[in-house]
Amino acid sequence: MLVVEDLRVEVGRKEILKGIDLTIGDGEKHVLFGPNGSGKSTLLMTIMGFPRYKIIQGRIEFNGVDITEMAMNERVRLGIGLAYQHPPSIKGVTLEDIIKICSRKERIGEEERILLEKLKMPTDFLKRDVNSGFSGGEIKRSEILQLLLLKPKLAMMDEPDSGVDVENIEIVGNAINELLRGRSGLIITHLGYILKYVDVDFGHVMMNGRIACSGDPHKLLSSIISEGYSRCASCLR
Amino acid sequence: MSEIEERAKRALNKKAPFGPDVDLSEYELGFLKGEKFESAEEIPENFTKEVEKVGVSSKSSSLGYFQVDQSALFSMSLGEGVEILPLSEAMKKYKWLKDRYFKLVQPDADKYTAFSALHPAEGYFIRVREGVKLNIPVQTCLLINKEGVLQNVHNIIIAERDSEIHILTGCTTGAHSGFHLGISEFYVEENAKISFTMIHHWAKDSHVRPRTGVKIERGGTFINNYICMSEVRSLQSYPNVWCEGENSSAIFNTITMATNKSYIDLGSRIFLRGKGSRAEIISRNIASKKGYMIARGHLIGDNPECRGHLECRGIILGDGVIHTIPEIEGGYEGVELSHEAAVGKIAEDEIFYLMSRGLSEEEATSIIVRGFMKVKIPEIPRRLKDEIEKIVDESTKKLM
Repeated sequence: MLVVEDLRVEVGRKEILKGIDLTIGDGEKHVLFGPNGSGKSTLLMTIMGFPRYKIIQGRIEFNGVDITEMAMNERVRLGIGLAYQHPPSIKGVTLEDIIKICSRKERIGEEERILLEKLKMPTDFLKRDVNSGFSGGEIKRSEILQLLLLKPKLAMMDEPDSGVDVENIEIVGNAINELLRGRSGLIITHLGYILKYVDVDFGHVMMNGRIACSGDPHKLLSSIISEGYSRCASCLR
Repeated sequence: MSEIEERAKRALNKKAPFGPDVDLSEYELGFLKGEKFESAEEIPENFTKEVEKVGVSSKSSSLGYFQVDQSALFSMSLGEGVEILPLSEAMKKYKWLKDRYFKLVQPDADKYTAFSALHPAEGYFIRVREGVKLNIPVQTCLLINKEGVLQNVHNIIIAERDSEIHILTGCTTGAHSGFHLGISEFYVEENAKISFTMIHHWAKDSHVRPRTGVKIERGGTFINNYICMSEVRSLQSYPNVWCEGENSSAIFNTITMATNKSYIDLGSRIFLRGKGSRAEIISRNIASKKGYMIARGHLIGDNPECRGHLECRGIILGDGVIHTIPEIEGGYEGVELSHEAAVGKIAEDEIFYLMSRGLSEEEATSIIVRGFMKVKIPEIPRRLKDEIEKIVDESTKKLM
């Protein structure tokens, strides 16, 4: 489904990704671990197509199509979706407006209502400006909701479990499970909470712009928890 | 000669402090032949079609006034409680009205008010009787039909004690050139409320100079919504508002777009004189295609217990200028006045966010601009809100 080959990316003249190779097959769920600043978000943003992330080498292929130079909205049409870690708020554009954009519908219908209910988002939320004054958990739920409506073939999520309190983590976890059913996924998780709820197939550890190691996500996580990222750093050498 | 006329005469060459100076001798007053129409259905379609773009429907049962050039074609009172007359008729009918004529707008303020005072003026007189509350918006409209016409409008609106009225006024033109000069005097008496929504739609060579004064008594509320999304050669207005009474309040919302070399200079000046009086001046502006927009505002805290907030926000799309001049002035300890102003382009991360939801860059920009122009206006009927939103939405869509 997704093939990333020898990807080097600069942001403001600074090289952040220093040669990434990653392949995600149909229906596979991958997680990315790694310390802050290792390039996890950059990788997701580059796959999504943000112009700020300048590809200086390598290529990205999605379902056989070279998307390296493709505009973001066309990538969305091909089936790539991203849940942001820190989405911007937009004055005068409500959650309802965003839902309509994602579902390509004139108005909110039955499907949208059921999802709102499942994600425990009260309907008065619809009239609020998107992401404005939303709590950490509300932002994550809103992002997952948008992906559920966009129905991407590859759902990417940037730290869907950060800033979510204990009561909400299960709601978010279940929603991600539903989202990933029959789809491919690429999830950044800093602390790995989400692995309690979501079944993932592969894990990768990113260090300093490279993938330091790949393997069983649960084993990787327990090693990171017990020994930190220092061992990954030696692995990279 | 009356005192008003004498004062006006001395000010005939007095340039206005703001806005380009326009030579009024290039224009003439335009009178239509024929009588007033008894019912709105008789108003010719070529007129009624023009005013649809400013949200006025001649088919509405709440159409209260229709003026073309200098002639009042139609007026209708809405029951006993809401009297609507052409001002010329009202001045004859009510001797006391002369005490409210050129009281809140000064005849010698500038050459435009002076011209208005010295020439035949027409406009609407609306008087809401004590305790009468009308929740359906009263529609009035003023249309310039002939090329080169100067439309000399004078409106007087009185909301008596405990009354409430919502007025939708549409001003537009079927001609390419013209001068719209509009004096409006609003009297908000004790605990009364007026919401006044004015939608303007002009042409490339229209010059527009509204001159407005508002006086608000104890517990009274005045809400002004001004929307102009069309091009215009020049538009300048700076209403004076006196929150005289205790706990009186004024809200001014302005939504405008200066496009295709339009020159727009708008603001409002609010004197907070009454104890506990409150004011809010909010504007949302777009400048594009060499449009020039000046957004002013002046809050004067003239009482130790008053509150006011001024907010100007502007987006420049491509090529245009926005100049915001917010002023706040406090003369007492205890006044709470604030302002915020921001001018810039659309934030890129907002565009990309919407693009990541499948929109093209143009679609994303359009939605963000429409969102930006949405001003939350409480305390006006839903129908008015929808009308404002529709007009702003359609014009911003066209801009893209």
